[in-house]
Amino acid sequence: MSERLAVRKTYKLFVGGAFPRSESGRSYVVTSAKGDFLANAARASRKDARDAVAAARKAFPGWSGATAYNRGQILYRVAEMLEGRRAQFVAEVVQADGVAAKKAGELVDAAVDRLVWYAGWSDKIGAVLGSANPVAGPYFNLSSPEPTGVVAVLAPPAAPLLGLVSVIAPVIVTGNTCVVVASERAPLPAITLAEVLATSDLPGGVVNVLTGFQAEIAPWLAGHMDVNAIDLTGAGPELAVTCEELAAENLKRVLRPPTAPIDWMAEPGIERMAAFLETKTVWHPIGT
Amino acid sequence: MTTPLAEVATSNASLRAFLHGLPGVDRVGADARAAMLGTRSIKTTAKRQAIDLAVRMVDLTTLEGADTPGKVRAMCAKAVRPDPADPSVPSAAAVCVYPDLVATAVQALRGTDVKVASVATAFPSGRSSLEVKVAETRLAVAAGAAEVDMVIDRGAFLAGDYLKVFEEIAAVKAACGGAGENGEGGAHLKVILETGELATYDNVRRASWLAMIAGGDFIKTSTGKVSPAATLPVTLIMLEAVRDFARRTGRKIGVKPAGGIRTTKDAIKYLVLVNETAGPDWLTPDLFRLGASSLLNDLLMQRQKMATGRYAGPDYFTLD
Repeated sequence: MSERLAVRKTYKLFVGGAFPRSESGRSYVVTSAKGDFLANAARASRKDARDAVAAARKAFPGWSGATAYNRGQILYRVAEMLEGRRAQFVAEVVQADGVAAKKAGELVDAAVDRLVWYAGWSDKIGAVLGSANPVAGPYFNLSSPEPTGVVAVLAPPAAPLLGLVSVIAPVIVTGNTCVVVASERAPLPAITLAEVLATSDLPGGVVNVLTGFQAEIAPWLAGHMDVNAIDLTGAGPELAVTCEELAAENLKRVLRPPTAPIDWMAEPGIERMAAFLETKTVWHPIGT
Repeated sequence: MTTPLAEVATSNASLRAFLHGLPGVDRVGADARAAMLGTRSIKTTAKRQAIDLAVRMVDLTTLEGADTPGKVRAMCAKAVRPDPADPSVPSAAAVCVYPDLVATAVQALRGTDVKVASVATAFPSGRSSLEVKVAETRLAVAAGAAEVDMVIDRGAFLAGDYLKVFEEIAAVKAACGGAGENGEGGAHLKVILETGELATYDNVRRASWLAMIAGGDFIKTSTGKVSPAATLPVTLIMLEAVRDFARRTGRKIGVKPAGGIRTTKDAIKYLVLVNETAGPDWLTPDLFRLGASSLLNDLLMQRQKMATGRYAGPDYFTLD
């Protein structure tokens, strides 16, 4: 019997629920932490970024209009699917991060738990960040948080799975849609995560994953007039300044890169969710 | 094809002989040529010119049952100044409305170069008597429409009753007014072939010739109510027909694809097709129009992207 041919995975982009190649036809070599060849990943161009923003915008009304309970259920479903592929993710994290299998297992477990943690917040964040305001007049005055819109996310270069999940989940759980630029050095877990998202009842376009060079793609997202916010967590200092300047044109919300390294294993708090919410206040006459 | 065109329409038999004597369309060849021309890459200054030309060619259209005078006035304002923030954007060619809203549009566009076009003749199906169609055309023209978009009777055409279609077009042309030899001075007549219902490319070619012989000033692909609406190969065939008609008679007929053209990329593909088929003479709003509504915003966004270097967002343009 002849030896079986290897069936290798083609790592592509994740845009609008589909897995297209880069419009540019380009790819780049991804190596493991030890320097061994792993795969060729798609190298997204500005036009892929444009298409991803269009997909995210299209998905926004449906996703932000879904009930908080429903969004939480879907995030929980993502966690279930991730758990089911645990072994695959452990292997990818070992290759990408160069950590031992035991440590990688802990990181994948933490990513699953992170999704569950954020899923629980979906119908509670409104109660924490919203309020009934005392006003001098016969009115009910109520503030409630609403999603910002399309959020561009620069994923952290380290922690290719846990860090990625920790930046995506808080953006989408509140009803935003996003375009994520995956870790440049270790993009493969991001595309495998996209396969999980694609099979988790998450509507196409809510999360769009681009792989490629952050410095090439990020400025286009930062300058895009149809992007409402940008999370610069993964940006280096120079890129962060460039992006922040570009983001000023249409007054995007900007989440600046952290000043100290983030411990992704620690419980995150609600700051990342709060960063991409707008407070809407309504006045309603009490009557009589 | 040596018969003088004037004699062709004396009877249904002679019309049939003429139209069926036209060379057949190579379907695969037409599809392939349209697709090939669609791959041309138009960039930088050429693209900028193409966008402005496309804006000038747009017939901004609203043909919904829910149209209100307010909506028509808003659309007219948009046709005159497509981007209120940028006066360098040219005006659209015309607005296209139902006959009862022509007066509203005429009032809103007084003093501008934007023309008012009205659909007529029992749009979109064309299923009514000739009297009603002619009367509707007269009403639209009397209300001030400078252009009339009529639909042909596809049922009669498909049944082979070419003379009936011919006479309807001629009667509507007469109702458009105008004293000159080809109705100069009257309203421009655009004949909608509704190619999505004509089944074959051969029929598109025949209907194009029929409409041109009968006196149409423009031939238009579709009503926008039938799918498929405008496609590149169908427009290619119609452009070939106007080119051949101009060679034979010296009269230049316009072409208007309508329906389903939503992006700048699509619009530029049509301009390439015009240039390569009928020739650069047709690259003017007098001889080529794009029937569309959402296309205009995409053209404006592309224009802004080229000017500012950043992708534009729909939040910064008027709603359709």
